[in-house]
Amino acid sequence: MSAPAEPQKLTKKALTADHPTWCPGCGDFAVLASFYKVLEKLQLPHEKICTIAGIGCSSRFPYFVNGHGVHFIHGRALPLASGISLSRPDLHVFAFGGDGDGYSIGGNHLDHAARKNINLTYVVMDNFVYGLTKKQTSPTSPEGFKSKTDPTGSIDRPINPMKKLVNGGATFVGRTHAAQVKHMMQMFERAIAHPGFSVVEVLSECVIFYPGAFDDGNPRKGGEFDIINEEEHDVTDENAAYQLASLQYPGKFGVFYQKERPTKNQLEQEWIDASRKKTKGASARELLEGKFSSMS
Amino acid sequence: MSSSATLAPSGNSDVIDLYDTVIRFAGNSQDGIQTIGGLLAKLAGRSSREVVTYMTIPSTISGGPSIFQVHLGSGEVLSAGDESDFLIAFYQHSYDNHINSLKKGGVCIYDSDHVDSPNLDNKDIIHVGIPMTSTTVEAMGGSARDRGKNIFVLGLVASLFKLNKEKLVTLIERQFGRKSEDILRNAMVAFDTGYAYPIGDVMTVGYNLKKGSDDRDDRITTDGNSALTLGLLAGGVRYGAGYPITPWSPVMEMLRTELPKFGGLFVQCEDELAAVSMALGFSYAGHIAITGSSGPGLSLKMEALSYATMAELPLVVINVQRGGPSTGLPTSVEQSDLMQAIYGSHGDCPRIVLAPKNVEDCFYIGREACQLAKEYSCPVFVLSDQAISSRIEAFQAPDLSDVVEPELDLSPRPESFKPYPLDSATRHAPPGSPMEGGKYPVVTGLEHDEWGHPSGSPELHAKMNARRREKIKALGDKLPLPEIYGDTNGEVLLIGWGSTWGPIREATTRLRDHHGLSVGCLHLRHINPMPNGMETIFEKFDRIVCIEMNDEGLYGFGQLATLLRARYADPKIQSICKTDGLTFKVSEIVSGIHPAAFAS
Repeated sequence: MSAPAEPQKLTKKALTADHPTWCPGCGDFAVLASFYKVLEKLQLPHEKICTIAGIGCSSRFPYFVNGHGVHFIHGRALPLASGISLSRPDLHVFAFGGDGDGYSIGGNHLDHAARKNINLTYVVMDNFVYGLTKKQTSPTSPEGFKSKTDPTGSIDRPINPMKKLVNGGATFVGRTHAAQVKHMMQMFERAIAHPGFSVVEVLSECVIFYPGAFDDGNPRKGGEFDIINEEEHDVTDENAAYQLASLQYPGKFGVFYQKERPTKNQLEQEWIDASRKKTKGASARELLEGKFSSMS
Repeated sequence: MSSSATLAPSGNSDVIDLYDTVIRFAGNSQDGIQTIGGLLAKLAGRSSREVVTYMTIPSTISGGPSIFQVHLGSGEVLSAGDESDFLIAFYQHSYDNHINSLKKGGVCIYDSDHVDSPNLDNKDIIHVGIPMTSTTVEAMGGSARDRGKNIFVLGLVASLFKLNKEKLVTLIERQFGRKSEDILRNAMVAFDTGYAYPIGDVMTVGYNLKKGSDDRDDRITTDGNSALTLGLLAGGVRYGAGYPITPWSPVMEMLRTELPKFGGLFVQCEDELAAVSMALGFSYAGHIAITGSSGPGLSLKMEALSYATMAELPLVVINVQRGGPSTGLPTSVEQSDLMQAIYGSHGDCPRIVLAPKNVEDCFYIGREACQLAKEYSCPVFVLSDQAISSRIEAFQAPDLSDVVEPELDLSPRPESFKPYPLDSATRHAPPGSPMEGGKYPVVTGLEHDEWGHPSGSPELHAKMNARRREKIKALGDKLPLPEIYGDTNGEVLLIGWGSTWGPIREATTRLRDHHGLSVGCLHLRHINPMPNGMETIFEKFDRIVCIEMNDEGLYGFGQLATLLRARYADPKIQSICKTDGLTFKVSEIVSGIHPAAFAS
């Protein structure tokens, strides 16, 4: 028998799949490039990488990463990714999506994945607009934003994703800007290293339907990229994170909140292990025979 | 069926032998009448008696009128019985609402502490008043209030029918012993008081419920939801996700408790959408996975199930049907989700739909659903219903020699790997499988080519639609023709599906034996696809009548009848439908087929 082949080095080339269908200039290109770079740096086993997305422009992400993946239905990436994470501890599970997918149609799932602290990393490419369906109001569109569904300007208060995530119980909550690649990579790396439900909100511009949306957070466009100073901000302090999240737009960037707490993966495994111990590792047949004899 | 007018002593004997009897307990849901019924059913299973139970549950949070009916027999018992031989009435309302369910000559035992005005003038019924509440309270001490009344009644019934006391005590010990010693002690006091009650002072006769001749000791007694769950476990289900809804919840509760012992996991999700999505996550990860619900929940799952057809992911989907539309009748039975199971999702979604015919079959259908999901890589629906889910039956323990121990196949896939080959079966490479060609698969809901790559080609879409359809049709080719019970040709062929199996079979017997019609019946366990070749059966009958618990629709046909008419274009196919939230009575089927027999 020949020795197993040496695992191949994970390179950007090996990770590259289809050319993205995004419009030229879309912020999501930088997110994809940063993701490649971080994976290259971490050298995760190629076959253990699993990318999941729902529906939307940014949710086409899995097609552009050469790795196992699922392009699922609108809003449900997180429960599907949770199923993978909970039943396959050997995998590295990543979920991707936009503001509509994650905060609107899938908003409830975000709260529950956070509360259950499912071990996976979720990247939200927030562009404040529905792009794939060509400019309707999104849950993060600011008040007054004119879209095809709000021709006189949006009247609904937008969701504050950072508040939602902290409140929901996510154990890693980071925020970055697609034009700040170095910072974005740091956020990804820290999110991946975090055991539990880690989320990175990326302001990622839609150059077609909401151009200039994030200039205020981009020094190259005359804005300010105000990074959180973690010597002053206690990332384990939920109230402090909430206060940071309350700042006037464009607000702060960096890690708002990070605290370790047992994951659902871990707690369920403990129950499974205890149950297996109690039943002395019985086979399925033995367990069923026992069950039937208790019914006789 | 139990014979009437045999409850009075014949000759000078004061003990009457019973071979078949129906006992109805009527009270409120918090009285624990289900406990008595369940214990009697278990005892029957252990005494080589056949048993079928039937219960109604109010959809209130706590309380409300409720019944539990036990049909015991030493021969074949197929239904819970149309009318009862014995009525045990706890309250005046129980008496008023159920006295008419008694056969002529039947016995009504009522709690004289609560039933104030029994109609003692009705000489068609033997009335026996017993102060059940006060006797129980007296025996158990003042603080017990009327708790334990159910077990008192069980003792009473045990002595009345000369049941095996020893076996019954063992069952009581098993039921209450796990709770606490105090509870068990109280239960035994109540039982002994009931058993010792001088019923001979008020009843001149006793009964001896005969055992069956076939003395098997490996029979089990359980309900449909439990049998289904065990079938899923035997079929290799190790992961699942769900959301609570009546009457599906007991399946998920049992899976949640049992799966960790098998090294698996069941997750209660935030909603039905998350539940089906998480189950698909388990499936994609390489496991045999399950989700389930009841009517409204299934509506919510339909989008993801369409995805499962497109991505060709295996998934077992349980629908414990209840009365609809909308919230409908949450604790009543109906078979109105057949079309939804087959056609409920957007787009063309061929999928497999199975339905168990009785409690025992829940096990086998559950097991088969797992095997079919895996083999055909598609969603497989199991249509159970409220009646079968809570009904208790006794049956032979299944052969467990082929219990599935599932394994993950993470072997490297060759460069030539295609998940969706046009000329052969679907094969997935779960995440974790190295791809030797270096190209990894993305599973998608977009139309795709053989490699799973998105494609908008209309020509390919037609080919892929055909592929997804043909693989399901291929299962139809393998299914055996359903067996015919009764006449294989003649005047009427009855067709049923799901939990109506027992009453339809009994109706067939009655129509032949009592009314002289030539009648056969067949039951479909595989509804989509159906077995091929049924036209060879249909041509031998004058009428084909589908018996279904759903509405006759705009054109006068139930859901299965509509499907059969679409497939066979045979005007002989007719329907007997009903939606009163109750299981079919044998008499309802018989009178539907042969109205003349009921003209008198």
